[in-house]
Parts: sequence; structure tokens; C-alpha cells
Amino acid sequence: MLSTVRIAAISAAIVAVAATSTAAFAQKKYDTGASDTEIKVGNIIPYSGPASAYGVIGKTEEAYFKMINDRGGINGRKVNFVSYDDAYSPPKAVEQVRKLVESDEVLLVFNPLGTPSNTAIQKYLNSKKIPQLFVATGATKWNDPKNFPWTMGWQPSYQSEAQIYAKWLMKEKPDAKVAILYQNDDFGKDYLKGTKDGFGAKAASSIIMEESYEVSEPSIDGHIVKIKAANPDVLLIYTTPKFGAQTIKKTAELGWKPLQIITNVSASVGSVMQPAGFDNAQGVLSAAYAKDGADSQWNNDPGMKKWSEFLDKYMPGADKTDGGYVYGYGAAQTLAKVLEMCGDDLTRANVMKQAASLKDFTPDTLLPGVKINTSATDFAPIAQLQMQRFKGQKWELFGDIISGDVPSE
Amino acid sequence: MSAAEEVEVVTEGQAVEAVPKRAMTLGYGTSLIVLAVLILIPLFVKNFIIFQMTMLLIYALAVMALNILTGGSGQFSLGQSAFYAVGAYTSAILMEHAGMNYALTLPVAGIVCFGFGFLFGQPALRLSGVYLALATFALATAMPQLLKLGYFEHWTGGVQGLVVTKPDAPFGLPMGQDMWLYYFTLAVSIGIYLASVNLLRSRSGRAFMAIRDNEIAASAMGVDVALYKTLAFGVSAGITGVAGGLGAIAVQFVAPDGYTIQLAISLFLGMVVGGVGWLPGSIVGSAFIIFVPNIAEGISKGLSGAVFGVLLFLVIFLVPHGARQVAIVAQQLAAKLKKN
Repeated sequence: MLSTVRIAAISAAIVAVAATSTAAFAQKKYDTGASDTEIKVGNIIPYSGPASAYGVIGKTEEAYFKMINDRGGINGRKVNFVSYDDAYSPPKAVEQVRKLVESDEVLLVFNPLGTPSNTAIQKYLNSKKIPQLFVATGATKWNDPKNFPWTMGWQPSYQSEAQIYAKWLMKEKPDAKVAILYQNDDFGKDYLKGTKDGFGAKAASSIIMEESYEVSEPSIDGHIVKIKAANPDVLLIYTTPKFGAQTIKKTAELGWKPLQIITNVSASVGSVMQPAGFDNAQGVLSAAYAKDGADSQWNNDPGMKKWSEFLDKYMPGADKTDGGYVYGYGAAQTLAKVLEMCGDDLTRANVMKQAASLKDFTPDTLLPGVKINTSATDFAPIAQLQMQRFKGQKWELFGDIISGDVPSE
Repeated sequence: MSAAEEVEVVTEGQAVEAVPKRAMTLGYGTSLIVLAVLILIPLFVKNFIIFQMTMLLIYALAVMALNILTGGSGQFSLGQSAFYAVGAYTSAILMEHAGMNYALTLPVAGIVCFGFGFLFGQPALRLSGVYLALATFALATAMPQLLKLGYFEHWTGGVQGLVVTKPDAPFGLPMGQDMWLYYFTLAVSIGIYLASVNLLRSRSGRAFMAIRDNEIAASAMGVDVALYKTLAFGVSAGITGVAGGLGAIAVQFVAPDGYTIQLAISLFLGMVVGGVGWLPGSIVGSAFIIFVPNIAEGISKGLSGAVFGVLLFLVIFLVPHGARQVAIVAQQLAAKLKKN
């Protein structure tokens, strides 16, 4: 009896000694791009060219880190945010990312935007073992920790969102005749695939029409007329904002009233619903994971108040209806959280380890109940969405928060 | 009226200024100095700058190809991005699907594009000046969409594009992938440059220039105008295709979004800045389209497009004939210094 107590005491003592000694040995560890005073974060985003509207995201992130620095930085280190223009061109993206890595010597590349640009730099960054963290695209392929352990997404994937719509339709409107309008690029095709996967065996009988348009077309009115002629009762609108507004407006002009579901990408009150006309947009459905800056229901929300104060102070004159400000804030806050969790171990491996250990993290701008969770096998931080219906001048959330994780292929 | 003025009167109203064929190239001494610089620089700089220099050579090739077409045969093209894309995809598909050696894919890309350009040159024969520019413009806008077509998706990867594997240095040479690819590109570029110079000095080159200067006179002298015009298109497209193939290998990725009309306009711009009809100017033009946007971005991120516009305007305003004009002035200065 006595001996067991003694053994227990001795082992406890050993454990205690071991614990204190590791604490004492926990020295500061750095990779290129981090030091006692600074963390260098690289970013590429289109500030010019066809997708330059997204440049707002980069500017918001820059302003966010300025705010962090004004408050003393992260664990005493200032964030040096270096952002370059890739003009949405893959060759330029490679050039700029190599500049970030080899000339500016950043610790990690954060929130690079666009599926083509990210595909172009993925192999390079993974071979150099540099984090390609929280990429700004909803393609499903970023959740692939086995083959690309240095790449991680952020927002819900397009496919998982489309699956949610398909599943909702099968439950609520089992006999629906569905028409799909999609943009003829990686974005639109991902939605198309997700919808078909969601319908499963019923895809062939439910989807009566697939109509695509090119992003370079000035107007898609002709496509809407064509779709109406096929007489579907559900219209899935997988478009970017400009075309989303055109679609809603045109269906109303035609006096046609199908059930319309619009992608989260084009669910902005300010840049889609308002231009389409609030009267025309009544009853349109969508799904969301973040709060809308132009939606008055969040006026008293503590998270959105912080966001609004941040904009007033660091980006005066910002158009709060632009979803890019909400997006950039949320993404930057997630990175700040990861860097904070890294503590004094600012190695690239630890950055990825911490990014893959987010538990129920909720940035200010996400919907109540939507949480960021990652693990060594789950590189899709946001995987939850909630259905919403447009009523009056804002979105009304309904139903439960739905998880739409699409496993990596 | 002096002789110089007479020449000006003759060329007035012509879209492309007549450049005597000797003035299209550099002297031996200068060529060797440029070559030495291009060979030595990579030994002293970082990998990413080597990558930039590789892109510099690749775009220089594409600009030079346009220069042969416009400066040589007097035809305009805003469709070079389409030939570049076809070359890039040919190389990428052969490497990734057929497992072909990267170096062997380049001649194939060149031949495919030569054929493509030659065929496109047929209908283009009926057009000239701005109309031809518009027709080629249509080609450039159509190309990204053609590459996205579901019909070709199995090979092109559709909207997702194709990822290309970067080659290692052969024979166990002690150099990195970037440096090897640079020297490889340099060798290809020099080869094509020399061939182009010889082409323009040859019978065919003289035929090109005769057509450029006066089509009717050329045909009266027995030049087969239709043949040489399409030939010029073919040669230009072929060289652009090789540049596209090299570009795909260097960037390691091809996607429809990489080859939009923006690229065609950049190449056109590079040609004008380098000096229309002056082949060595291509590398200057290429440097302009690669580095000046970066400089503009450094000056103002939000207004990078506007800054780029101002810089471009300054160049066109101060040196309307581009780098060629600068080179001529420099030459005259050097001659003066020698005399003194």
C-alpha cells in the first residue's frame, strides 16, 4: 500500500519536473518571415483587371492588420501585410507569389483569391512547405490535406452549398422541375456538380434544363426567356452578382414567378437585391454563413457593431453594402486567431498545425451558430450554412444551421 | 526638299513605317554584350528574379513574333494571345497526357500554331488595316471560351486548367529548375532570334517588306502577295506558339483565364514600346509589359491602372518610336563622343 503511494508520489514529482522543464525549454521558434517584432504575411488579390471588384477584400485585410498593430500586435509582434496585384491572371499570380516568398520572405501566403490563381501557385507553395492559408475561393479541391498539406480553404465550398439547395428541394418540393442558370467557369460548374450530387438518382428527372452564360456577356435576358419557355417551376441562379440582379429583374418583367434560389455569392442586399428591385426579389431563397453589412437586422449585433466601428475608423467612406468588407474582416480575424494560437512558435509547420486545430471559433461577421472547426483531416473551416428568404428589404433566416461538408476527393 | 524629307512624304499615311532591313537588327558588338549580360545575370540573383527573366524572354519571343508580322509584313494582329494559348495547351497536353519530353513539345507547339496561323491568314487576306485587327481581336476573345468547351474538357481540363510538371536540369547539371529553364529558354530564344533575322534578310523577308511598303508594287514585281501574307501569319503564330509552350512550362499551369485579350493587348503594347519593326526592341517591350505594371502598383495600389496609363502615355509621347529611337539617339551620341 505504502509502496504504491510512494510510486504515485514519485511519478507525480517526475511529471511535475518534466512539465516545468519543457516549459522552461519552450523557446521562441521562428521560420523565415517571423521574428520577435514582426510577422510577415503575404497576399495576392486582383486590384486590377476583370475581377478588380474583389480588391476590396485585400484592402480590408490590410486595414484589419493595421488595427491589430495599433492595439499592440499579436503576442507583441506587428503584422506586416504585403499584398500584390495578380490581375486575376495565373502567370502573374505565380510571379507575385514567388516574389512574396523569395524576395519579401513572408511566413505564409494568406487568402489568395480565385481558383485559377490558387491552382497555379498550389504546387509551388506545397513543394516549398509554405502555408497557403484560407484561400478565397469556394472550390471543393482545397480540402485535401493528404495531397496538399499546406493548403487550406476558408469559406463553405460551392458544392456543399449547392447540395444543401438540392436536399432542401427534395424535401420541400419533391416534384420540382428545376432549371439551372450557371456561369460557364469553375465557379458555375462547381455549383452544377453539387446540385447533381445533391439530387443523386433524382437528378435526371428533376433537372429539366441547364443553361450557361459567359461572364463576358453584357446581359443574360435572352437566357431567361429561353429558360422560361421550358416552363420549370424552380430556377437555380448560380451567377455572380451583376447577373444575379439581372435574372431576378428579368423574371419579374416577364411576369414569371418560379421559386428562385440564388447563390450565396450573389445574395448581397446592396449589390443584388436592391438593383433588382425589392418588389421583384420577394420570396427569393438563398443560404448564408455570414451576416450582411447592409441588412438592418444586425444593427445591434455586437459583432457587426465592431465591424462597423472598424470600417468607420480604418476605412472611412467604405460602402457597407459591399460583401467584400465583411469577407475580408472575417478572414483576417481567422488568421489573427491562428497566429495568436501559435504563441512563440512561429514556424510554418506550427501555423498549419494551429490552423488545423480551430475549435468552435466564431469571427464577428459569421451568422449566429456558424462556427469554424478544423482538424488534421478537415481543412474546410466553414462548412455550415442557413437557409434564408428575402422579405421586405432584408433576408430572413429560417430552418436549422445545415452542415454541408463535402469530403475531399 | 532634302532626301530625308522626301522619304517622310513617301511613308506618310502608311500605318507601319518602312524600316530598312539592316536597321531591324543590332550590330555584332552590341549583340554580344547583351548576350553576355543575359548569360551572366542568373548567376548572381535570386530564383524569383531568374523566373521573371525567363518570363521576360518568353514574352520577348511573343512580341518579336508580332513584330515580324507587323513590322515585317505590315499586318496587324490583336489575336496573338490565341496563338500563345494554342501553343501553351499543346505543350501542356503533350506533357501531361502523352508524357512527352518538354523540349520535344515545343517544335510540335510551333508547327501546330504555324498551321493554325497559316489557315487563319487565308480569310485574313481579304482584310487589311483596322479590319484585320478586328478579325484577330475576335479570335482572341473566342479562344478562352473555346478552351472551356466541354467537348475538349478531357484534354484541356476545362475551366480548371492543367497543372504542368516543371523539368529538372538534365545530365545531373548542378543547377536549380529555374536556372535550367532560364538557360533552356535563352537557347531557344537565341535560336529563334537568329532564324528570324535571317528570315527577314532572305528572299522571303524582302518579299514581306515589299508587301508592307507597297502591295501593288510588290505584286507587280512578281511577289506572290497572298502566299507571303499568309506565310507571315504562319511564322508569327508558330513563334508565338513556341513562346506559349515555354510559358506553360515556366508557369507550370495553363488555364483559359491566362490567355485573354488582355495578353494580346500587352503583346501589342510591347511591340509598340520596343519599336515597330526593330527586333531587338522586343526584349525592351517585354520588360515594359512585365515590370511597369509592378512599378505602377508600387506607386499606387488603388490607381495602378491609371499610373500605368500615365507611364505608357509618357513613353508614347516622348519616344514615339519606342526603344529603337532611344537606341538610335544613343548610337549618335556614341559616334559624337568618338569623334571628339
